[in-house]
Amino acid sequence: MPVVWIPSLLRSLTGGQEKVSVSGETVGQVIEALEQRYPGLRARLFQGDRLRPDLSLVVDGDMSVRGLLQVVKEDSEVRFIPAIRGGS
Amino acid sequence: MSDPKHSLVNDPKHSSADNQGGLFHVIGTRPIRPGDTTKVTGQAIYGIDVNLPDMLYGAVLRSPHAHARILSIDTRQAQALEGVRAVITAADLPDLSAKISAEGEWGAELRYQNDNILARDKVLYYGHAVAAVSATNPHIAAEALKSIRVAYEVLPPVLDVQRAMAAQAPILHLDLRTDELGLRGDRPTNVASHMQTLQGDPQRGFEQAAIIVEREFHTSAVHQGYLEPHNATALWAANGEITIWCSTQGSFSARDSTAEVLNIPAARIRVLPQEVGGGFGGKNRIYLEPVAALLSRKSGHKPVKLVMSHPEVLAASGPASASWIRVKMGVDRDGKITAAAVNLAYAAGAFPGSTVGVAMGTILGHYRIANLQIDGYDVVTNTPWSASYRALGATNAAFTSESVVDELCEKLGMDPIEFRLLNGVRTGDPRSNGQPFARIGFMETLETARQHPHYTTPLSGPYQGRGVAAGYWGNAGGRSSATASINPDGSVNLVTGSVDITGTRMTLAMQLAETLGITAEDVQASVGDTAMIAFADGSWGSRTTFSTGWAVYELGQNLIHLMCQRAAEHFQVPAEQVRFDDGIFTVGEQKLAFKELAAQLNAHVPLMASATVNPGGAGPAFGVHIVDVEVDPETGQVKVLRYTTVQDVGKAIHPAYVEGQMQGGVAQGIGWALNEEYIYDEAGRMLNASFLDYRIPTCADLPAIDAVIVEVPNPGHPYGVRGVGEMSIVPPPAALANAIHAATGLRLAVLPMSPARILEAYEANPIS
Repeated sequence: MPVVWIPSLLRSLTGGQEKVSVSGETVGQVIEALEQRYPGLRARLFQGDRLRPDLSLVVDGDMSVRGLLQVVKEDSEVRFIPAIRGGS
Repeated sequence: MSDPKHSLVNDPKHSSADNQGGLFHVIGTRPIRPGDTTKVTGQAIYGIDVNLPDMLYGAVLRSPHAHARILSIDTRQAQALEGVRAVITAADLPDLSAKISAEGEWGAELRYQNDNILARDKVLYYGHAVAAVSATNPHIAAEALKSIRVAYEVLPPVLDVQRAMAAQAPILHLDLRTDELGLRGDRPTNVASHMQTLQGDPQRGFEQAAIIVEREFHTSAVHQGYLEPHNATALWAANGEITIWCSTQGSFSARDSTAEVLNIPAARIRVLPQEVGGGFGGKNRIYLEPVAALLSRKSGHKPVKLVMSHPEVLAASGPASASWIRVKMGVDRDGKITAAAVNLAYAAGAFPGSTVGVAMGTILGHYRIANLQIDGYDVVTNTPWSASYRALGATNAAFTSESVVDELCEKLGMDPIEFRLLNGVRTGDPRSNGQPFARIGFMETLETARQHPHYTTPLSGPYQGRGVAAGYWGNAGGRSSATASINPDGSVNLVTGSVDITGTRMTLAMQLAETLGITAEDVQASVGDTAMIAFADGSWGSRTTFSTGWAVYELGQNLIHLMCQRAAEHFQVPAEQVRFDDGIFTVGEQKLAFKELAAQLNAHVPLMASATVNPGGAGPAFGVHIVDVEVDPETGQVKVLRYTTVQDVGKAIHPAYVEGQMQGGVAQGIGWALNEEYIYDEAGRMLNASFLDYRIPTCADLPAIDAVIVEVPNPGHPYGVRGVGEMSIVPPPAALANAIHAATGLRLAVLPMSPARILEAYEANPIS
């Protein structure tokens, strides 16, 4: 199952867990599975269907702009890292 | 989408990283850059040189206060002045409140951008734009500014990042709350956001340490120091089309940002980027474009030119953030890092959006650290809205972490390069995004530095010292576009969407020439405007030679494929009898060079090809710097005696350009380290807003800078390219701080390490 690395500021929602394995074929499905297990997590990462503007989505080491539509594999790793802001 | 695995450097036929032997025909050579002659003879066309029939001249009224409410603006007297054609304020900007509201958190960025272009309710820094005029000549425009009456309610400013974070600090934005990944604070604050990285168990890691060093540092804001000021000439035609000539690093981002501000479709705006006289990240943001466009419309659809003066540039365009940083690092007796904890607070300026997030990723990104916590704070202050400056955020950060590393080495009695060889990241180690580093060259760079004669040449006099520092920069990919058309004589016109700020027209021409098996002189590269070519991200993040290079490589492949198809049709041979190898087309029994075949095919149907890309695989860069200084204990002046920069560049497409980038970054880093700072009075007015008083290095201040290229090809690029332009500005302040310590015994924790600060340090630490 894909692994989601939980940003440290959100680990209070996951009982301190640094990474969580959940099923899903897209980031959207993975996030929904996370939300069912840890209510409130989705809203901290996404506003509606859009990734929060201060976050970047990284799947298997590559930045993705597809957000919830990004396809993930069985052994994918999903991370949320600070977005570059301020003009780059 | 480009496939990062499709890389010649992974091809068994080309396994050597060393191109000295004919791996490439064009790449690695040093052809003369087109445009060099026009630049040194004054013939190059910059934005300021644009002149149009019936053109008017604009000027901007700026706030004399660092923090104030705008009570009223009376422009009647200015409008009545003979020769004045239009006066605008924020009231002339479209009302975007509904759109801002609908966009939620994304709307905030739009509001900040609009408010920075023309202040609406408050001025938030000395020099904040309040109104603008257009007139028949610049003198009348300047006079008209004096006639505009602005009533302010002056408020106390807060200029320092730590003071801005304090509980009783004056608040810039009453609706701003600290955001912690969606969790919002419950009271007004100047701390816009708090971010955190946490891995392992830092507390336990520190318990395992034999030596711990903890230090606090302060760095001043510094300006990118480009000599060409911001400028924009705009024509808002009667049919609603807007044309803008400007100095920008990103013509498409300038177009789209202007479209957002003016609330019109982007397709109605055409941005023609002119030659850029320096940007370094400071020309990613728009300042004048929408203002010039609005003045043009209000002036009866006449073109309007706006040019900032140098004092305006320094006082009112985004510098790199000032910062406060605390670093704590622990090592075991062998010198292995056991834990690190960092707090960074970066001054965003008037609106949120500093580069603290980037700094968090780079401050210790070149070390293997299992137990690590980094907390970053984005803090607003009554200073200009901060902007990117070459390796945005990383220079401040490296100054602090590399100073602490130097202190640890001293306490360990360990050679500084040996320390980094022990703790530095290697191919396969995890990055901050969790994925392993692909092939990287930090170890090779360290070994090269260690073997360089500079590292072992003895120093020759008193008050001399040598410092070493390393740095890391992730580099970027991003969206790029390229198109090429073939001329009847077989020469090629290449157009890309990437503004050329570093000589990339040549490096892209060279990559296309390599791909097609022709000479660099056969490719004429130019920069397209936004109506000529597909979208491209700006020239930032050291991405152009990498990402637009991918576009050029792919278009070259597309062109070869097209020519093979057409050749089969033209010569009536089966498609499988046509192939391309090493610049030669084999068509049945014939062998034809590119130009020969192109000329024949072009006579029937013109040849052209395009490509758009957004590649992953941008390889990180690592660098090691060695510097010798001599400190005058009477004056505090630091003389830089010798400087060596060693950097892994992947593959140097044009080695002279790479060396120039390395040297240029060092020169800017030296200024950052020793001289440059913003000086404000208590009211928040900038006192040194001129190049006379804001002291950037000149040739007289610098020694020859030895640039040593290390090539560990990036597997994410067909020619092994890594971005090179930003890495070199990261280590200099730290290297100089470490050299000053070696020379004097003083550890300076404040930038710049100006003569006054060194004398203060001497007084605080008398040498017996």
